[in-house]
Amino acid sequence: MLSNYMPFVGLFVLAAAFALFSVAAAPYVGPRRYNQAKLEAYECGIEPVDQPLTGGRFPVKFYLTAMLFIVFDIEIVFLYPWAVSNEALGVFGLVEMAVFIATVFIAYAYVWRRGGLEWD
Amino acid sequence: MPETLPATGLLSASWLLIALPLLGAAVLLLGGRRTDRWGHLLATGLVAASFVLGVLSVVQLAGLAEESVTVDLFTFIDSGSLDVRAGLLVDPLSAVFLLLITGVGTLIHVYSIGYMAHDPGRRRFFAYLNLFVAAMLVLVLGNSYVALYVGWEGVGLASYLLIAFWYTRPSAATAAKKAFIMNRVGDVGLAIAIFVMFAQLGTTSYEDVFGSVGLLAGGTVTAIGLLLLLGACGKSGQFPLQAWLPDAMEGPTPVSALIHAATMVTAGVYLIARSAPVYDATETARTVVLVIGAVTILIGAVIGCAHDDIKKVLAYSTVSQIGYMFLAVGLGPVGYAAGIAHLVTHGFFKAGLFLGAGSVMHGMGDQVDMRRFGGLATKMKTTFVTFGLGYLALIGFPFLSGYWTKDAIIEAAFDKGGTSGWLLGGVAVLGAGLTAFYMTRLMFMTFFGTPRWEDGVHPHESPPVMTVPMIVLAVGSVAGGFLLTQTFPLVEWLEPVFGPEAEREHVIAPLLVSVLVTAVVAVGVIAAWLLVGRREVPVTAPARVSPVVTAARRNLYADALNESVFMRPGMWLTRALVWVDNRGVDGAVNGLAAGLGGSSSRLGRAQTGFVRSYALGMLGGAVIVTAALLAVAS
Amino acid sequence: MGASPVLDTARFDTVAVDAINAPDFSLAGITPLLCVFGAAAVGVLVEAFAPRNVRHPVQVAVALAGTLGALVACVLLAGTREVTAAQALAVDGAGLFLQATIAGLGALSILLFAERSLDPARSSFVASAAVPAGSARDRELMTAQRVQTEVYPLATFAIAGMMLFTAANDLLIMFVALEVLSLPLYLLAGMARRRRLLSQEAALKYFLLGAFASAFFLYGLALVYGSTGSVQLADIRAAGLEDSTSTLPVIGLGLLIVGLMFKASVAPFHTWTPDVYQGSPTPVTAFMAACTKVAAFGAILRLLYVAFGDSEWTWRPLVYGIAIVSMLVGAVLGLTQTDVKRMLAYSSIAHAGFLLTGVLGLGPGGTGSGLQATMFYLLAYGISTVGVFAVVTLVRDGDGEATHLSQWAGLARRSPLTAAIMTLFLLALAGIPLTSGFIGKFTVFRAAIEQGAWPLVVVALVASAIAAFYYLKLVVLMYFSDPAEDGPTVGVPGLPTTIVLAVTVSATLVLGVVPGAVLELAERAAIFGA
Repeated sequence: MLSNYMPFVGLFVLAAAFALFSVAAAPYVGPRRYNQAKLEAYECGIEPVDQPLTGGRFPVKFYLTAMLFIVFDIEIVFLYPWAVSNEALGVFGLVEMAVFIATVFIAYAYVWRRGGLEWD
Repeated sequence: MPETLPATGLLSASWLLIALPLLGAAVLLLGGRRTDRWGHLLATGLVAASFVLGVLSVVQLAGLAEESVTVDLFTFIDSGSLDVRAGLLVDPLSAVFLLLITGVGTLIHVYSIGYMAHDPGRRRFFAYLNLFVAAMLVLVLGNSYVALYVGWEGVGLASYLLIAFWYTRPSAATAAKKAFIMNRVGDVGLAIAIFVMFAQLGTTSYEDVFGSVGLLAGGTVTAIGLLLLLGACGKSGQFPLQAWLPDAMEGPTPVSALIHAATMVTAGVYLIARSAPVYDATETARTVVLVIGAVTILIGAVIGCAHDDIKKVLAYSTVSQIGYMFLAVGLGPVGYAAGIAHLVTHGFFKAGLFLGAGSVMHGMGDQVDMRRFGGLATKMKTTFVTFGLGYLALIGFPFLSGYWTKDAIIEAAFDKGGTSGWLLGGVAVLGAGLTAFYMTRLMFMTFFGTPRWEDGVHPHESPPVMTVPMIVLAVGSVAGGFLLTQTFPLVEWLEPVFGPEAEREHVIAPLLVSVLVTAVVAVGVIAAWLLVGRREVPVTAPARVSPVVTAARRNLYADALNESVFMRPGMWLTRALVWVDNRGVDGAVNGLAAGLGGSSSRLGRAQTGFVRSYALGMLGGAVIVTAALLAVAS
Repeated sequence: MGASPVLDTARFDTVAVDAINAPDFSLAGITPLLCVFGAAAVGVLVEAFAPRNVRHPVQVAVALAGTLGALVACVLLAGTREVTAAQALAVDGAGLFLQATIAGLGALSILLFAERSLDPARSSFVASAAVPAGSARDRELMTAQRVQTEVYPLATFAIAGMMLFTAANDLLIMFVALEVLSLPLYLLAGMARRRRLLSQEAALKYFLLGAFASAFFLYGLALVYGSTGSVQLADIRAAGLEDSTSTLPVIGLGLLIVGLMFKASVAPFHTWTPDVYQGSPTPVTAFMAACTKVAAFGAILRLLYVAFGDSEWTWRPLVYGIAIVSMLVGAVLGLTQTDVKRMLAYSSIAHAGFLLTGVLGLGPGGTGSGLQATMFYLLAYGISTVGVFAVVTLVRDGDGEATHLSQWAGLARRSPLTAAIMTLFLLALAGIPLTSGFIGKFTVFRAAIEQGAWPLVVVALVASAIAAFYYLKLVVLMYFSDPAEDGPTVGVPGLPTTIVLAVTVSATLVLGVVPGAVLELAERAAIFGA
């Protein structure tokens, strides 16, 4: 039964070998001509923000937004199956989802009260 | 062993006998200086109360049909299959000791009130004395070997404390240590004997042990007998463990009288007599007892002839007399009662003699050298008369105590029959002669002849508080033997313990024995008169003497023997062990510690603080874990 | 190839309709969990809505109510045996015993969190963890009276996760619990008020390595699921490992063990322990050392005894070896430590090895006294550990806690009571008779010997002897060295720490002198599953 997976193993080996080969070969075969653009961090075309030299920090606003998105994303993930199986789950499902949503809203309330939703 | 019944009435309060002196010791030791003024009176009163209670108990005991009762007190040790109950056994044998200990103890307490009147440590002295009486009563009243052992160690402790009573004197401290350590040698034997009993029989109570002696293999019984004998030899100053007893005279004289003459040192005799069923079952052990008794009689008597220290002479006399008692109990059923009878009379006259010696020392400024005495008969009349009566009792003057009890032993030795009977009897008779010699020498040097006192010494009679106990003991010395053998025979009283007196054939007619012994004693007395009495006693001991006298003065080289056989090898062993400990054990331990520390710091370098190396370590661990699991599973 | 099986819509539909059914749910059985989770949720709301000045007392009250409520609920549930929530949670003797232990130790830890009179800055926790260390704002906060209150909901969540960890009858729930207990701990580790950089470093290390270990656990879970078709412990047990050609579940078991051993700080997965114990605020260290250990061993016991109990021959040699490595690493490396908290971290590693000795006390067919022995040991060790770290919070100098060993020299002269209490705990950790540690060691060693693991017990005794060296070194230092001129002072503890010390001291002594009742309780509670 494991033999069915042999092509996968072959693929893994091939991929690993290619990666190793590329990394190992690059210094030898590639030209080395540096310029400003090449030395900058790649940031999706956006100019990187300068960091203070004193061990500065970068804003976590996007990070917070992403986290909040996940909170509600997860909520939706659970709401869909409940909606599909609502008939089968009955009152139990309703109460359970109410508790679940309430719990998620506790987190939301916390973020809101502690200023997590304010952009500046 | 006769049937024993639970005690009733007064006898059920037998624990009070022990509790009273113990209370005294506790009050005096814990009460501190507050009890300085009346402590000695309390101690004396409590021992006297214990004596009165003892007398009443014995009267009640005599009225009982069984004449043997037990008092169950509490569980002493309860550990697995070992269940030792603390209990008391009051039977004719322990009753005899009970009266002797509390009776003589009371007299000596009274005497000590006078003797220790000016000693700053008087309270401490009386506390230890009370402690001794309590421990000694535990020893004789306990109903099991474990209880006996408790008392045994208790009297050992009290003895140690009292010998070293004047602990600022180096000689007293050394003597106390010597006594304690030599006693330990014997105690080991007793302890192992008890272990063997427990291992083989699962019990240590007299009743159960004696009931099942017959079940034991002969070799085991002999081993128990010999081990008990080792304990007895240590406590009673018998050969080869006799050397501590004379040194123990460093303690105050009442202590010598009570502990090292009348009571504690006879504990060995008690032990053997109490263990009669064991010894009845082993001929070998009994023979060893006989040999030790006979050898000790001679050793004690010979050394006693050579010493000039009045207390040492009396001490060796004690050694020798206890030898008689060992000889008696070694003879088996015919001798147990005789040995105990001699023990009691000896308790009276030897205590009296020691008190007399104390009285002499009291009057002579603590002088113990007999060469510095002389002519005291007129200066200390009461002391002279009481001491003289004790002396006559000891040498076996007809119809005084020693005559009755010692002759009984000599008679029994002859009656053993065969070569050994003649040999033992001969030794005993010879011992009697030597006793007469050294005691007469002591009398002459102390009470007769010209005064050889040191300057500034004014002999005077002791106060009544000291002389009254001496008088009482003298009366006991005179009449005790007659009472205990003729009017109120101890043999019959002890019958429930040792069984009825055995019928025996006399090898020599008792009358003849008496005549023979008296004749030998007379020879001894005359010899002493010829050699000491009619001559001038030099103030310093003559240096040019025969090798025999030199050997006797050196205690027949017992100390040298101990030193070369035990002490030096012991020191070597100790030094060797210390060396091994320093180099081997400590070296190994230190090396191990250093090794561990070193590996600790080396391993510690793996703790770099870098998360990447930690993660690598975890990865390595995970690989090993899975590999190991696969290796096991496949 | 034909039609792709993944796109077989007919099959997909059937699966979707039948998959979700209302699970049986015994609310009574999970009251302890609900208590603590509820308290944590309330704590978050308090944080959101309560005014700043009342938050501290309210948060402490809520957290204590939750943990103590859970403790009471566990006691009331004693004797219950059921598996609930769609076979995901087990309510059984061992689970309740360990949950009660975690709740109790958690309550004690929260009391340590709440101590406000030792540090001049009123708390062991930084007032605002987001402020950069050493900045002007940070210095300003050092003297301010503001205190951090988010630690209480965080700790409560961690306690809830730990309790869930020991109750999980399902590898997925176990993983969720692992994350629920870990994430708050990562945060708590970084919140020290003093030596903040060390604390933040500890938090980051713990987080990175913890994530690494979680990945191992998750991978193991996947492999076990892949080979047995179930994540439920009972089903895994039923599937068995008898088919020796199947290597997947064995590798899966290995990776699960790695993930759990990491949490239990067993060598060779211990590397984070000294750094994190040292850097974290001491109350958090106490909490981690005591409660996490209990929870991790609860999960290890459940995994090995329930899911792989029938195939103990596979893991026995492995656990045997790991136990030896852990005991020796903890004992030997502890010798050269110069920091009290690091030393106690190595002690914790050595104790993990002793606990594994107890885990090996599983006999054939579920016999043996390994479970009860390990549970008793966890209780005894947890109590002593909370106590010992509580004492560490008392000894302070101008820069916070004085944790360097040399600063403890001559402590007995300065504060005999503190030194005596510390000595008691150290003796308990060393396993000296008349303390709980001795009884604990005795029971686990006996359990191991009953299963013939006496060579392991010999190694354990050697390791105990080595470890005793560094415990006693500290005792000697406290009693027989001259105090330093500018040595630390011993703070006067407030009510919370006093309560903790009183409880832990008396429990250590009681469990050491009259352990009978608790041993019997552990014996009766030593049941897994319904």
